[in-house]
Amino acid sequence: MGINLFQILNGLTFAALLFIVASGFTLIFGLLRIVNLAHGALYLFGGLVGYSAAQATGSFVLGTLAAMACVALLGVALDQGLLRFVRGVELRQVLLTLGIAFVLNDLGLVIWGGDTYTMPVPDALRGAARIGPLFYPKFRLFVLGLGIVVFAALWLLINRTRLGALIRAGVDDPEIVEAMGINIRRVFLGTFALGAALAGLGGAVGGAFLTLYPGADAEILVFSLAVVIIGGRGSLVGAGVGALLVGLLNAIGQVLFPELAYFVIFGPMALILAFRPLGLFGRTA
Amino acid sequence: MTAPLASTLPPLERNLPRGRTLGWLAALAVALVGLPLVLPGYQVSIAAQILIFSVLAMSIDVLAGFAGRTPLCHGAIFGASTYVVIYWTTTLGGSLWAGALLGILAATALAALFALLAIRTSGVYFLLLTLALGMIVWGVCLRWTSVTGGENGLRGAGRPAFLADHVSFYYAVLAVVAPVTFAIWRFVHSPFGMTLRGIRDSESRMRALGYNVPLHLFLAFTISGAFAGVAGALYAVFNDFVSPSTVQLSQSVAGLLMAITGGIGTLLGAFVGAACIILLENVVSLFTARWPTVLGLAFILIMIFAPEGIVGRARLALARRR
Amino acid sequence: MDRRSFLKATALTAAGTFPMPGLVRAQGAPIRIGLLAPLTGVVAAGGREIVDGFSLFWDERGRQVGGSKVELIVEDDASNPDTALQKARRLVEQSKVDMLFGNLLANTGLAVANYVKTNGTPYFIPVIAADDLTQRARIRNVIRAGGYSASQFSRPLADWALKQGYRKVAMIAQDYAFGHEQCGGFAQTFTEGGGKVVGQFWHPLNTSDFSPYLGQVGSLGADVVFAMETGADSTRLLQQYASFGLKEQLPLLGAQNATDQSVIRTMGPECEGVITAAHFAEGADLPATQAFVKTYSGKFGKIPSLYAFSHYVGAMWVAKAIEAIGGKVEDRPLFLDTVLKTDLPDSPLGKPVHFDAYGNPVYDVFIRKVVKNKDGKYWNVPIATYPQVSQFWHYDPETFMKQPPYSRDFQGIKKA
Repeated sequence: MGINLFQILNGLTFAALLFIVASGFTLIFGLLRIVNLAHGALYLFGGLVGYSAAQATGSFVLGTLAAMACVALLGVALDQGLLRFVRGVELRQVLLTLGIAFVLNDLGLVIWGGDTYTMPVPDALRGAARIGPLFYPKFRLFVLGLGIVVFAALWLLINRTRLGALIRAGVDDPEIVEAMGINIRRVFLGTFALGAALAGLGGAVGGAFLTLYPGADAEILVFSLAVVIIGGRGSLVGAGVGALLVGLLNAIGQVLFPELAYFVIFGPMALILAFRPLGLFGRTA
Repeated sequence: MTAPLASTLPPLERNLPRGRTLGWLAALAVALVGLPLVLPGYQVSIAAQILIFSVLAMSIDVLAGFAGRTPLCHGAIFGASTYVVIYWTTTLGGSLWAGALLGILAATALAALFALLAIRTSGVYFLLLTLALGMIVWGVCLRWTSVTGGENGLRGAGRPAFLADHVSFYYAVLAVVAPVTFAIWRFVHSPFGMTLRGIRDSESRMRALGYNVPLHLFLAFTISGAFAGVAGALYAVFNDFVSPSTVQLSQSVAGLLMAITGGIGTLLGAFVGAACIILLENVVSLFTARWPTVLGLAFILIMIFAPEGIVGRARLALARRR
Repeated sequence: MDRRSFLKATALTAAGTFPMPGLVRAQGAPIRIGLLAPLTGVVAAGGREIVDGFSLFWDERGRQVGGSKVELIVEDDASNPDTALQKARRLVEQSKVDMLFGNLLANTGLAVANYVKTNGTPYFIPVIAADDLTQRARIRNVIRAGGYSASQFSRPLADWALKQGYRKVAMIAQDYAFGHEQCGGFAQTFTEGGGKVVGQFWHPLNTSDFSPYLGQVGSLGADVVFAMETGADSTRLLQQYASFGLKEQLPLLGAQNATDQSVIRTMGPECEGVITAAHFAEGADLPATQAFVKTYSGKFGKIPSLYAFSHYVGAMWVAKAIEAIGGKVEDRPLFLDTVLKTDLPDSPLGKPVHFDAYGNPVYDVFIRKVVKNKDGKYWNVPIATYPQVSQFWHYDPETFMKQPPYSRDFQGIKKA
């Protein structure tokens, strides 16, 4: 039985990381209608910046903050510098972000040389904790907690604040919000920065237990896409449910059907999308 | 909701008179036939590679440019055909001809399956769903080691003797690509193709007019998959090797980029796009290892400044002058 | 071969050399060596070191060998076999190189090997370890100068493990030929010596999360774990192995790549104490090894990895052969034969090495342990040596090659 609890914990902790990354993705997708294929690159770049900052300062927290700040700025720069030229044309935006991902990853390769890095973790979070009969890494439990905190914070932000109300309104009908005399552009920009910062947070945290290496971007991106597609565009609850589903499917699928590891994740996703093209919690625009 | 990439293009019948099109085509044909006479051996193999990828890019254009659905799974369909050809000719020891036929059939069947799942979606959702479907193919090729050779892939048994040197292989490819191009051209200009364009421009209108939109999209997807399969089969002979990197996402991305660079909805732009990307890669790698950056910048610049592609741009310019 | 080079070939034949296929260098022209290395893509860091190690050797030689200038042409294989193939074609057909070197990932090497099979270009593979390239599917012009075959070193490691009293091994490995072969070598020797394999886990390359496997490893009743990992997978496995508290419970053995410098140089104490087997130990107290480590570290700021030293050694080996034939690399049969006959007594490996009859080197294999050196860096130090280990271990080559190649389904496990 110990092994089952173990697998479920593995699934949950991976789901927590996926949620952190995918919530940023879904926010941007939901409000700005941008499928940001550079989200994975932002994750990796943020993680690498976080690694360097943590090495320099000796602090995991400072490293993580640096990762978030740097990637948020990067997000703003991309939105203002490049994406503004292709506003409103979804496919052009998608392909543009793909180009950004190429450049950003290559930049990371030039700066950090392509070695595998691990974000250093504070001593308190090192090693394993005992839960009943099994040992479980403390850091993964921390990630699980962080995922829940991020979910709660985003939920409160979106459902209990004025900014959240604007975001929700913007998801449903940006023209009306604009017509009400609100500068929706600033809301958009803030959301983009927030979404990107979440990718940076994911990179710093994920970099501590999944490591940072060329190709990590594509992996996390594909998982995040699966989460958002299953959950539905712009839906926080959808991202949560999607992350849980993908995280658990991944953990259990690798044990039960190692041959079909990818099928276990993308099979259900393709089916969901085929029958509910907007995802489980998606709504038509 | 979704503006297709080529929305700014005027319909192409109006801006190029038929006679001039034929003239251009004749010039192109002469150039393609004469190419091996002036180029050294290695460049001829590059030319063959360009022709092969042009077919892939055209197959993508059938969907992206004429049905308004931009796919990211054609690399996987293309590569599935490559796998079947190599598996048939080496592991099973079958003939190349039967292998090529089976490869194209496999690609068509795969595309039909994808089409069933994907035609209900449009816009970015279509893009994402086809991306996921392509990922499944990649995952299967990577993990089904006993058949696909896993990460290490499958090595071919060598090209048949009459295709061994670059020049004869080039002419063989040309002999396949020319009629295939003509077939695709006829396909998109057939009444069926016109209906597809109608669907691209307004799905609801076509539905109201009584057209069976899902059926049209299903057929378009399947047929485009067959064309990608032709390219994949040629690629099998060209490379004599296949591995999961042949079916990976970047292959689909490369194909789409070629179609876009040439001009979505222009069909023959695929040749221009494939030539630009492949030549650029060959030239750039002489000077720098930063090919991903160059490719990324190319993507960004094209999206911002010339989303209608090179051929699309040229047509617009011609149309304006007249 | 195009018409012009054929004419040249004919002309040179008249000058008294052996008639040979392929392209011909003009007299006094430089020797052109094409190096294929992944400078972008997932293993770009290793690719950089391939170029560094390889060029370091030629720079030390003043880019001269056997009276000829040496011209290096480096191409990026992008960690992708399709690209590798295209670049190999370009090097051979356009740049007209005399030989190819390099590649890191097995699939890139196998793709290029399949290509040179058709045209006879000498191709040296200091990193590509696929067993069959020097066994059942040997290609004459593909030689593992400075490299090893995958199952070669895991056999002495299994023997060593048995001698430590370990009897039950759990194995975790990347699910591709390189993993199947290294595990096969270990499993066969271990079970033939009376040990038992209690479980094998195959995971896809680039597994970010090992927790599903580690969860099962602990509950199998093994007394030792063997891990076959490369690159980022290895970093993650070592780290997650430690963080799940397994490091204190179960000793960890690894294949060479698991604790290569390319992996452990960015790591902390999680890698300490792991035991692996290889033909090179950067912490070996051998003059030639330490001299090389010092030069390389001084120039590139890091201790050399497998990718760097094996390309340095490979270059050194081939250079010695080129000297022996006075630079006549265009005579391919002579060149290939000479390479195979060349012994290398004084390389950074620290021990003399020679080729077996199949183009694979015979090495003194070190059992190595990761320890912290006086500069506070982790490195591999030998704790035991197995002299003269060939790719066939104690088996007769002909008999050995009658058994199928190692795969997920065939691990050579002897039924107890």
